[in-house]
Amino acid sequence: MTDTATTRGTSKREKREQAGPYGAVGKVVGELDERLGIAKGRALLDKIFPDHWSFMLGEIALYSFVILLATGVFLTLYYVPSQEEVIYHGVYGPLRGMHVTQAYASTVDLSFSVRGGLLMRQMHHWACNIFIGAMVIHMARVFFTGAFRKPRELNWSIGVTLMTLAILNGFVGYSLPDDLVSGTGLRIGFSILLSVPLVGTYLSFFVFGGNFPGTAVIPRFFIIHVLLLPLVILGMIGAHMGLLAKQQHTQFPGKGRTEKNVVGTPMFPTFIAKATGFFFMTTGVTALLGALVAINPIWIYGPYDASKISYAVQPDWYMGWLDGAARIMPAWEFSSFGHTWPLNIFVPAVLFPGLIFGLCYAWPALERRRHGDNELHNLLDNPRDVPHRTAAGAAVLALLFTVFVASSTDVLANFFHLKLDTVLWAMRFLVIIIPVVVYPLTFKVCQELAELSDAGKRKRAMIVSRTAEGEYVAVEADVHPEDGEHEADALPVPTFIEGLSDDAAKTAAPSNGVRQVDR
Amino acid sequence: MSHDEAHASITTVSIDDVRMQPKAKNPVRTERWIAFWLFIGILGVAGFGAAYWVDANPWVIGTSLGIGLSAIGYGLTAWGKYLMPQGPFVEERHQLGSSQEERDAMAAALVERGGSVFKRRKLLGGLLGGGLGIFGVVAIFPLLRSLGPLPGKTLEETNWKRGSKLVYQDGRQVHVGDVAIGGIATVFPKGFERTTEGQAVDQTVIIRIAEGDFVTQPGRETWGPKGYVAYSKLCTHLGCPVGLYEQQLQLLVCPCHQSMFDVKNGGLPQFGPAPRPLPQLALYVDSDGYLRAQGGYHEPVGPGYWERS
Repeated sequence: MTDTATTRGTSKREKREQAGPYGAVGKVVGELDERLGIAKGRALLDKIFPDHWSFMLGEIALYSFVILLATGVFLTLYYVPSQEEVIYHGVYGPLRGMHVTQAYASTVDLSFSVRGGLLMRQMHHWACNIFIGAMVIHMARVFFTGAFRKPRELNWSIGVTLMTLAILNGFVGYSLPDDLVSGTGLRIGFSILLSVPLVGTYLSFFVFGGNFPGTAVIPRFFIIHVLLLPLVILGMIGAHMGLLAKQQHTQFPGKGRTEKNVVGTPMFPTFIAKATGFFFMTTGVTALLGALVAINPIWIYGPYDASKISYAVQPDWYMGWLDGAARIMPAWEFSSFGHTWPLNIFVPAVLFPGLIFGLCYAWPALERRRHGDNELHNLLDNPRDVPHRTAAGAAVLALLFTVFVASSTDVLANFFHLKLDTVLWAMRFLVIIIPVVVYPLTFKVCQELAELSDAGKRKRAMIVSRTAEGEYVAVEADVHPEDGEHEADALPVPTFIEGLSDDAAKTAAPSNGVRQVDR
Repeated sequence: MSHDEAHASITTVSIDDVRMQPKAKNPVRTERWIAFWLFIGILGVAGFGAAYWVDANPWVIGTSLGIGLSAIGYGLTAWGKYLMPQGPFVEERHQLGSSQEERDAMAAALVERGGSVFKRRKLLGGLLGGGLGIFGVVAIFPLLRSLGPLPGKTLEETNWKRGSKLVYQDGRQVHVGDVAIGGIATVFPKGFERTTEGQAVDQTVIIRIAEGDFVTQPGRETWGPKGYVAYSKLCTHLGCPVGLYEQQLQLLVCPCHQSMFDVKNGGLPQFGPAPRPLPQLALYVDSDGYLRAQGGYHEPVGPGYWERS
């Protein structure tokens, strides 16, 4: 017994010695390195990430996409992508006996009869809203800080593409339950395709497999929504992240920060811990929203019937700007030489988003050309220092927000007890006035802010201390460890206080060596 | 502590360096705080499992999941922020571009090596390009063509014909006494009331107006017997059903984009983005008192498109 124990103990110790100072981990690293050369990947662990709250906006988008994939897979297990008509026999009483499509019936069933189904559906819808919302804010951050400048123009273009694909996939997914509201959205989508000059009818018939509604659109949209677009989005997110790693993250200027370095926290363990924690928090918040805030209750809307319509027809918010543009567009439709130009549809629904996204794609090149700037930029701009860019961005955002508001002309008219055409005409003017006002206003604010050298910076204190001899010494406080980039210079301690007369100062001069100041 | 000291590369810093130390002023208290949230997280996710197991209400399942994950996430983030190395560390950016020699070498490889292959064999290159190009173009046609039928005349036709009986969606025929003055109903040509095509294309709205209270367009004097007028229910803007009726003003309103059509005056657009009147269907009352169509619509129903003349 004693012998075996000793032998075992020895062999354990021997093993430990053989394994080297890093034990089992060292052994695994060694084995993997022999085969894959992973030790060279150490640089990845040492990678430095600059810290700033605004750099997490893209992360929210990324994590929401992961949530979309996870909840989406769950939904595909129960959803039936078919427009075949069935009679509803499920648990939801008010619908029983109605003629509905399988798509609708299966969506209602997975909401009410599948364990956790309603939660998953609502989380999916919420995650989509968060996904696109985070993308919008992330894109604005990248724009206003000039992060899109050389060498990152390609990554900006990938980002713009991701935005269009996300909006598109949002619309396609929204259509799948085949309820009264989404079906109306599909009808509008068909009419928009139809409005394209020259090829519109072919385009719409090929997408829908015939005249609206046909029987092909739900199965087709299903495969587009769950395979085609997610695959493209996933690939482009991969490229987006790959380029980010290759080109390294931008950082705000600050002490010790240059175009040639990155200052921040290391990938392992700090950044990984914070990022993973943030992923959990994003998922947690999405779960809370899915649990507590109802979204898209299709059983209340009812199944799609092309001859019926609900009063409140509004798309998801990220389609609102197009809907609003369609509402306020004048009724311009021209006929010439036996052909119709439905400009009242084509301009707001095709040309307008085309121009907006086209402008986004072209912006880095436009700015490069305008300033003749061919330098590499790794330090971010403070928006106020680039007033023309900031003003342009603000004007475009203001335009988009105004057309977004225009998508609720009827709600506004009801709420403010105004006539609908008053609201409509107001929106038609505002959509031009607001951007025209916002541009110079933003420009002016930027200029004035730029003149205040300390605006937006954290104040740095002077620490005044008394030595044992009774002498006062003023010492600058340490730079705050995280926000070194936004620190104002510490101001010297004033030696006199305005408003005090010399006499007062003299009389205040004390005998005990401490100067007293009357307040 | 000067800035030169503050910024160091993580590769040169030992594990005992001050920059590797936690940022928290009181690490013990911070650790307790994080432990508390991670514990809440454990309770949350365990609660989620239990709630799922017993098939609790969706909001219970989701709330426990949400609290659990948020708490774990908060704990982990705080751990990273307060108890892990904060630096700041500095990393030199690796240069993206290469030297001019390397660029030249790359370009030379492309031009010289590629040139020696393709320039000398222009015929082969042209043929290969032609073959792939033509394949690319012709492959598009079967692919596109298989996606759906050609539009043809489908957009111009509805199932309304001379003598078509007006029926409600449940198949009942519309009798002249059915609708009170000021009333409204959605009708279909008999036989199409339960088809998707009937619902999407043929849907027609009938409104009964007091006789003599409406101005018909010239040539439509006989289209509205007994005060019944019938219009295509497809909005001429984007094809939504014109589902709202403003009885006081006698306007049909499309809830999608608020186009309004004057019921009394040939369905002329009064407001909003719709460019054309709603097509009107000519009606008559047959010998049994049922409403029928005098014929089909005289123009395509719904939104505008290129081929519409």
